[in-house]
Amino acid sequence: MAELTYREAVRSAMREEMRSDSRVILMGESITGYGGSYAVTKGLVEEFGPKRVMETPIAEAGIVGFAVGAAMGGLRPVAELMTVNFALLALDQIVNSAAKFHYMFGGQWSVPLVVRTVSGFGQLGPTHSQSFEGWFASVPGLKVVMPATPADAKGLLLAAIRDPDPVIFIEHSLLYSTKGEVPEQEGLEVPIGRAAVVREGTDVTLVGYSRMLLQALHAAEVLEREDGVSCEVVDLRTLRPLDYPTVVGSVGRTHRLVLCGEDWRTGGFGANLLSEIQDRSFDDLDAPIARVAMRDIPLPYSRKLEQQLIPASQQIVDAVRRMS
Amino acid sequence: MPHGLTAQQCRAMYRKMVQIRHFEDHAAEAYAQAKVGGFLHLYIGEEAVAVGAIAAVREDDHILGHYRDHGYALARGCDVKACMAELFGRDTGICHGRGGSMHLADASRHFWGGHAIVGSHIPIGAGMAYAMQYLEEPLVVLDFFGDGATGNGIFHEGLNMAALWNLPVVFICENNLYGMGATLAEESPVSDMMIKAEGYTMPAVQCDGMDVLSVYGAVQQAAEHCRSGKGPFFVEAMTYRFRGHSMADPELYRDKEEVRRWRELDPIPRFGDFLVQQRITSPQELAEVNEEVEAEMLEAVRFADSSPWPEPDSVDRWIYAKPIDPEAPEEAPSLAGDPAGAAT
Ligand SMILES: Cc1ncc(C[n+]2csc(CCOP(=O)(O)OP(=O)(O)O)c2C)c(N)n1
Ligand SMILES: [Mg+2]
Repeated sequence: MAELTYREAVRSAMREEMRSDSRVILMGESITGYGGSYAVTKGLVEEFGPKRVMETPIAEAGIVGFAVGAAMGGLRPVAELMTVNFALLALDQIVNSAAKFHYMFGGQWSVPLVVRTVSGFGQLGPTHSQSFEGWFASVPGLKVVMPATPADAKGLLLAAIRDPDPVIFIEHSLLYSTKGEVPEQEGLEVPIGRAAVVREGTDVTLVGYSRMLLQALHAAEVLEREDGVSCEVVDLRTLRPLDYPTVVGSVGRTHRLVLCGEDWRTGGFGANLLSEIQDRSFDDLDAPIARVAMRDIPLPYSRKLEQQLIPASQQIVDAVRRMS
Repeated sequence: MPHGLTAQQCRAMYRKMVQIRHFEDHAAEAYAQAKVGGFLHLYIGEEAVAVGAIAAVREDDHILGHYRDHGYALARGCDVKACMAELFGRDTGICHGRGGSMHLADASRHFWGGHAIVGSHIPIGAGMAYAMQYLEEPLVVLDFFGDGATGNGIFHEGLNMAALWNLPVVFICENNLYGMGATLAEESPVSDMMIKAEGYTMPAVQCDGMDVLSVYGAVQQAAEHCRSGKGPFFVEAMTYRFRGHSMADPELYRDKEEVRRWRELDPIPRFGDFLVQQRITSPQELAEVNEEVEAEMLEAVRFADSSPWPEPDSVDRWIYAKPIDPEAPEEAPSLAGDPAGAAT
């Protein structure tokens, strides 16, 4: 095991896969000389050259459309969209091209494309602080991955690049500097579509992903210490396809469930998940499923207002306390 | 004076440029002290563009710009204290702390915002221009954006519509040679962005964005063209940001020598020297302007720093112009027993 930051883990997945597969190319805005807005691609153009690490114009729809074409032409493009907020400009290409071609053209070809993008906040104002994983996860034809740890970031990105289908790979700006153990073996995948029970418990299941997984783990500690409540924590890791057996299995043991997300309550990813789990686990549940989500408010710039809205471990603790 | 400018107007333009420079210096300082957060993009070096352009049009002509927006706000005469307080996230901010540095706006001064999604305000400017044309208002729209924005589809959609429908909008491209870390050569097949207007049959001029008079002249011509009903106009201002893209930028992509060369073209001393030469002002007077502006900025920072935070309960204010409360839906109007309703 080596200790890497989340940022380094993402970078090392790209580096390893580029070394072993010459079809892999990267493209994105300010990913070369600038090194990426979150410094993820730093050093890659120096190693692989500008034909494989393409500096693009600020053209999100163009980037994804181009990457779809490059994938159809035989390459394995990894397109970086600086943040998920700018991915909105590329929604058409993601939804109407990447996600549709394999189905609509009768399975004749697939689009092996990875769109790497970033969720997060931090006084960035309403247009730059949004979470849209629920939107992407609602689209059949896409796979949606949101790793919480460096090891998963690396392993899942390797799997995403090798996957024959379009994968939306959403990183989190507040996780980039977090550290964790990552297997040293090169090219080791974490399979897409598998959740992980990252903490075992008996009283309640906390389901999270990305930054909210860390918040759930923290809440679990607090609840153990202060309330003697034993939480099982599940990291979804992939939002589509979703690993229902792992979640349902956990609910079967604990009989209570809190879904933790950072996106808006209305139409957020947790809303859909809740309805599915209710269908599958109704007889196992001893309490209504609880959700922690962003209030339906655009995230304001002002630090004081922003802090008050960000979902964090305290809301998870409160949700569990309200259940018992 | 060139372009029919009076001495007084020239002095005002000089003061505005100094104001923006000092505002930015204080914003950077407050950012270093963690009083300002998020993304902060400074306009230092580019002051002549906003000041020259905005001075060249009517006070009620409309302005839109991108996220590097402090210059537009101050050039239009927005309240300095309210702008600073916005950066500090306070309730007294020009958008009550909702928008922050990238989203200043003052509708009462016809400044319709900094816009932080690159290129998004280009068709919006065209739409506003259509409203002016439709309402037969003799007003034009100034729409500022960067060289980087011209690579985005939305730029081309906006220009195409503006030309197609002959709209009174002046597109002002601040060509500062970089879109974040991308050089012109990396982002565009042409380095003169005005060439892109040609395909839309839009008249275009290039001006020296480090010379406030050059910008003034170009935009004056452009606005006249628009106002007389001849359709959109494209102005490219060749300029340079002296600082990084944002405060987070380590500036690895450009060399210090290039920055130094551009700093020699600093629009503020350049215009100051010119005014002294023309005997419009004296070095002494310029020094006084500097001092007055600095005092004004210190006061703005003090004001911002001591202003109240927005009320926590106000966080959901302004999501809608007509507030809705999903917890208490209005009674559905009943048709039964309502003769007027029943009749239809
Ligand atoms: C649609 C979109 N893509 C990417 C970004 C991130 N971004 C912010 S500013 C910028 C560079 C813009 O360059 P330019 O238009 O030349 O303006 P300048 O910053 O040089 O004034 C980028 C890529 C964004 N805000 N919006
Ligand atoms: Mg630029």
